[in-house]
Amino acid sequence: MTDPLVTVEKLRIGATTDSGRKVEIIKGVDFEIAPGEIVSLIGESGSGKTTIALSLMGHTRPGCEIEGGTIRIGASEMTALSNRGRAALRGTEVSYVPQSAAAAFNPSKRIMDQVIEIAAIHDLMPRAEAEKKAVELFRALALPEADSIGQRYPHQVSGGQLQRLSAAMALIGDPKLVIFDEPTTALDVTTQIEVLRAFKSVMRAGGISGVYVSHDLAVVAQIADRIIVLKGGEIQEVGGAEQILHAPRNAYTKQLLAAFEPVPHQPQAQPAQSAKPKPVLEVFDLCAGYGTIRNGEPTAKILKDVSFKIERGRNLGVIGESGSGKSTLARAVAGILPAYRGGVMVDGMEMKPDLKDRSKAELRRMQMVFQLADTALNPAHSIGAILARPLTFYEGLRGKAREARVTELLDMVHLPTSLRHRLPGELSGGQKQRVNLARALAASPELILCDEITSALDTVVAAAILELLKELQSELGLSYMFISHDLSTVEAICDDVLVMYKGEVVEALPAATMSSKATHPYSRLLISSVPQLDTGWLAGLEQDPELVAQFANR
Amino acid sequence: MMAEYQTTTTATDPPKKKGSGWSFNWVGRIGLAIMLFWGLVALAGPWLAPHPPGEIVDWDYFSPVSGEFWLGTDYLGRDIFSRILMGARYTVGIALAAVTLACTLGVILGMIAAVAGGWFDMILSRLLDAFNGIPSLLFGLVVVAAVGSSIPVLILTLTAIYMPGSYRFARALAVNVNTMDFVTVARARGESTRYLILQEIFPNILGPVLADLGLRFVFIVLVLSGLSFLGLGVQPPNADWGALVRENIEGLSLGAPAVIFPSIAIASLTISVNMFIDNLPTKIRDRSE
Repeated sequence: MTDPLVTVEKLRIGATTDSGRKVEIIKGVDFEIAPGEIVSLIGESGSGKTTIALSLMGHTRPGCEIEGGTIRIGASEMTALSNRGRAALRGTEVSYVPQSAAAAFNPSKRIMDQVIEIAAIHDLMPRAEAEKKAVELFRALALPEADSIGQRYPHQVSGGQLQRLSAAMALIGDPKLVIFDEPTTALDVTTQIEVLRAFKSVMRAGGISGVYVSHDLAVVAQIADRIIVLKGGEIQEVGGAEQILHAPRNAYTKQLLAAFEPVPHQPQAQPAQSAKPKPVLEVFDLCAGYGTIRNGEPTAKILKDVSFKIERGRNLGVIGESGSGKSTLARAVAGILPAYRGGVMVDGMEMKPDLKDRSKAELRRMQMVFQLADTALNPAHSIGAILARPLTFYEGLRGKAREARVTELLDMVHLPTSLRHRLPGELSGGQKQRVNLARALAASPELILCDEITSALDTVVAAAILELLKELQSELGLSYMFISHDLSTVEAICDDVLVMYKGEVVEALPAATMSSKATHPYSRLLISSVPQLDTGWLAGLEQDPELVAQFANR
Repeated sequence: MMAEYQTTTTATDPPKKKGSGWSFNWVGRIGLAIMLFWGLVALAGPWLAPHPPGEIVDWDYFSPVSGEFWLGTDYLGRDIFSRILMGARYTVGIALAAVTLACTLGVILGMIAAVAGGWFDMILSRLLDAFNGIPSLLFGLVVVAAVGSSIPVLILTLTAIYMPGSYRFARALAVNVNTMDFVTVARARGESTRYLILQEIFPNILGPVLADLGLRFVFIVLVLSGLSFLGLGVQPPNADWGALVRENIEGLSLGAPAVIFPSIAIASLTISVNMFIDNLPTKIRDRSE
């Protein structure tokens, strides 16, 4: 066996909190990476995966410090080097592909100047040669118009292209190790496939080692040779990709895998009293958009004649990629963005387009929960106050009765009552999303609009939130309109699915038969692009290139 | 005026009293101590003063520091120590009243403009921008020339000068908070503009607004001193600290302490306010699961 390229021994990284308390983030981690091998670090947020990946460059985030252990890359020992010595290795020995390429590129410089910057900093080659090499890399990464794309500015290429360009930036100095920090997490599924393929082929061709940080097991399965499962700064399990996926030994790995399996949704038994045939929500010919309004129509029209129905006790999933108008649909239904044409009926009663004109009782019936749990909670109010407000506002509850109801609501979303006095900043992401749900429940709604509520959460936490949603539904007879880009989530909770593309509903079908019965080409493309927990999925995936070119947003 | 002083201090006091879980560094503590000291002096000045502040008590003028006249005497032979104690009342009182009025008005209007938007925001913003274009001392001169100098006129003039800046600042902060999801949630719940402003937005802009208030307080003390220096501020025989500096400016060449101590008083108050505002007690954030 050849010598490993990277050896990490007894790595310990710590941080000091504001109050001066010492915290151990990484608690003694050992692993090796062979030349040409791609190792994936997987775990939930806070597991230390990014911290470890960054430490391979000898870098720690502000406030953190490598406290012990050694990191060796090739011939050099990262932990023993000075800052200057580490800087000399970055870009040539080890390089980094960040999560958000859009944030990593300087918007005011041409792409080419940024891609060849590493060559210039380390004085590797003359400019003309570096540019030639960059164009070769663009080709290898399957970027369109490889000769001229470098002349564009970052905002002139799509997100998927930008992510591949940031990989070109990382590869220009011929590094031996590339660190990928969740590079496809922010991308749409159809785009993700192309980016993963490009990464994989370039890494294979160059025999480069990689560290791939992700929370998504299905993505990791496509690209990694070995998987390291992390939790709380400790390695839980190390194994080949196949072994981890099919024969996990560790309890936490099993939990992670279980969270991935979509539990098919059991439709609610229709309550006997639902003799009234009126759907809880009916939307017809809804049109909405942004911008200044001229002749009663906004300049940027987003939604075009959207119509659907949600029957009482049933759940509707809305899927589509970013920019398809999913969130706009939810905002238009809620009246946050007034629709300029069409109508929304709740329980057979027509709602005014603007929420300012809707009555309290009308607003109460429909509640919305947002994607980003932390921005949806006022950081200055305690959890108790946040939950108490809708109770006072809609029902006029005060004093003891209100206290009791707040406790009841916290109990409903499985949060301890002691959380009442905390501020939102002192809760975890999953807890915050539960509080958001509890606030929606405080209004005793009939319908909850969920806008990507699990997208920002870890897999295991998201699975628990879905469980909670189902439980609440059976207890309270709610209906959900569930917006998501994640098909397995939708499958897990919805009865019916709307597929949206560019502001239009292209297909409506039952969730259970979504994968097999979809007929519209875009739905089929979207469904086939969702990564499967199977190492051979990407290699075996065949998509009609014309279809991809027609619909994929890249 | 004094009552307002008390409310502003008590508003920031309670966190400190809780003790555990709050950090309040020594710079902030010193600032608060000096502020409280001047506040007390403003309240109790007349009883503390060893000599009547308006009366000539020394045969000599610009006399040095002595056992009888702790900080020397001024150009007429009046006791500077007593005059500073009395002046605290004018300087601290007028500046506090003006800064409270300016910031309260500015912040409330700014938040309303941010939430309401549209033509209300546009008209108010442009109007106040135009008003901001008038040089502050010139505006003060015109007003005092037109209606004469009295304490209410001074307070209102200073308020008018500093309100537009406070408005702009609060509006910019509130516009950012207004786009956050939690405000959208409250709006979707059907809350009134009043609730949105007071409960959802105000707590989240309070920190920067307080810092702005501290800075504006200093500006007002300085402009008030400037107005008094020009003879437009507090009228004789009373004097605020700025007037004390002006009266005794000739003493500078004689090395008299009469001009130094009022200047030190102005500096100590303005610096201490900023020391306190920049180092307000903060809750220690430590997420322990």
